[in-house]
Amino acid sequence: MNPCWGAPSAPYAHQPPLTLAIAPPATLSTRSLNAAHRRANRDPAWARWLLTGVALVFLAFFLVLPLLSVFVQAFAKGGAYFLAAVREPDALASIRLTLLTVAISVPANVAFGIAAAWTITKFRFPGKSLLTTLIDLPFAVSPVISGLIYVLVFGAQGWFGPWLIEHNVRVIFAVPGIILATTFVTFPFVARELIPLMQAQGTDEEYSAVTLGASGWQTFWRVTLPNIRWGLLYGVILCNARAMGEFGAVSVVSGHIRGETNTMPLHVEILYNEYNIAGAFAVASLLALLAIATLVLKSAVEWRQRGTA
Amino acid sequence: MASPRNSRTILPGFGLSLGFTLTYLGLIVLVPLSAAFMKTAGMSWHDFVAAVASPRVVAAYRLTFGASLAAGFVNMVFGLVVAWVLVRYSFPGKRIVDALVDLPFALPTAVAGIALTSLYSPNGWVGRFLAPLGLKVAFTWTGVFVALTFIGLPFVVRTLQPVLQELEPEIEEAASTLGASRLQTVTRIILPELAPSLLTGFALAFARALGEYGSVVFISGNMPMKTEIVPLLIITKLEQYDYRGATAIAVVMLVASFFLLLLINLLQKWSRRYQAI
Repeated sequence: MNPCWGAPSAPYAHQPPLTLAIAPPATLSTRSLNAAHRRANRDPAWARWLLTGVALVFLAFFLVLPLLSVFVQAFAKGGAYFLAAVREPDALASIRLTLLTVAISVPANVAFGIAAAWTITKFRFPGKSLLTTLIDLPFAVSPVISGLIYVLVFGAQGWFGPWLIEHNVRVIFAVPGIILATTFVTFPFVARELIPLMQAQGTDEEYSAVTLGASGWQTFWRVTLPNIRWGLLYGVILCNARAMGEFGAVSVVSGHIRGETNTMPLHVEILYNEYNIAGAFAVASLLALLAIATLVLKSAVEWRQRGTA
Repeated sequence: MASPRNSRTILPGFGLSLGFTLTYLGLIVLVPLSAAFMKTAGMSWHDFVAAVASPRVVAAYRLTFGASLAAGFVNMVFGLVVAWVLVRYSFPGKRIVDALVDLPFALPTAVAGIALTSLYSPNGWVGRFLAPLGLKVAFTWTGVFVALTFIGLPFVVRTLQPVLQELEPEIEEAASTLGASRLQTVTRIILPELAPSLLTGFALAFARALGEYGSVVFISGNMPMKTEIVPLLIITKLEQYDYRGATAIAVVMLVASFFLLLLINLLQKWSRRYQAI
């Protein structure tokens, strides 16, 4: 599990293999030793209270308060207003577009993530660590620049612009551009979850399967996939959260056409800029619910993995 | 080139998976990214400098880099406290607090942006207590700083947590046996050992803050020369159909990000050398 979700990291090839620390059984002597350990490592009570207090107050101000304010303001004008804001045609269109975007870019990145992890962890070839670094590249790029580069390729002034206009295909300021930008921004999530996991698992089980006569696909579906299913799920959860919430990249390529090229975050922006604060927070509260669901699912998968490890 | 057959693997699918990986990486990432550099390569040096060093752009650099640095430092201090409390102490609700640390990753940036703006505007929950003191947060430099602090916090905490967990207790015991006070142990033994990961967390938060857009645009007020961040300036230029100007600034930011990525890789190697037993 990567410590930093959404952060570039060093090539996995340099990571030391997973080691399992096996604790000796607690006999009487080790137990008293443990007590001595605890004393040497323990901070004085006042320091514990002070630091815990500082940490909790800081988190309350920076995390809890913003989250709480989303829900309070979503219902500031009552439940009926909330329902109306969420069920209005433009809001529904934005929800549909967000779901469509996720339905295409997440599976695409899952397919890529599995293929990349299979290549990198099951075979040896030159340039492997360069490839691992390149996969992380999109995390180092500002969302706004992620949108800009697609404008340079597919926009009216871009490389394929004239050809696209001739053939009457719209990519920028249309749905394909939104899907491409979202795919770029969420590109590394699945791969970087799977690579360290599959590296730690090694290739022994796959070798056995192939030796016993399984085909490549049989080996993948029956041996590899069951082994990586929790890591894969974890990557999909993170990828999905970012895909649904992406704002900067999508905002550059969308063109902000109401009811057509507005995703949920863009719809929130439009409502907010029109001073429809309660409406903006109503749609925002749906995204905040998604964030909470993401955190709960993520913790559940982490807990589950720790249980099986 | 060593073919996989030479390295004695019997697993199939090397050609297929490598081919798919490279094609997809090329089409989605490498070709579009190279477009930014190609577009700028077509500019004369004079035009490039004019685009990336005009007073308005320099003011945006100053704001973005300054606020990102400040937010990174604050996160380094409070992130260390949060990570320490989460690893070393136990208190009711700790698991919920631990999960909540990832909120800035999970919450869409636009949602974070409007929530922070409404909290810190002069009639908001926090802003109304700061306004009588003469402290304006929303639509000022401080607002940008607050948003970037929000977005960067998990980077520091999540980088430090595993390192703190693996810190060997024997070292602290040795220090205490040799007569060091708890404060001496913390400042002379623990903090130096945490330094590489603290710096890594700082660099990650800083790198993210440089490119951050969604959470900042609402709270910053977007006044040219005063509260205009670099990503917003890129969008403004795009909306004026100044593609070259926008791309030139983007290339400057890309180079800064790639440099940071390199630095982060080196820092992580350094911190891992300390971890190795």
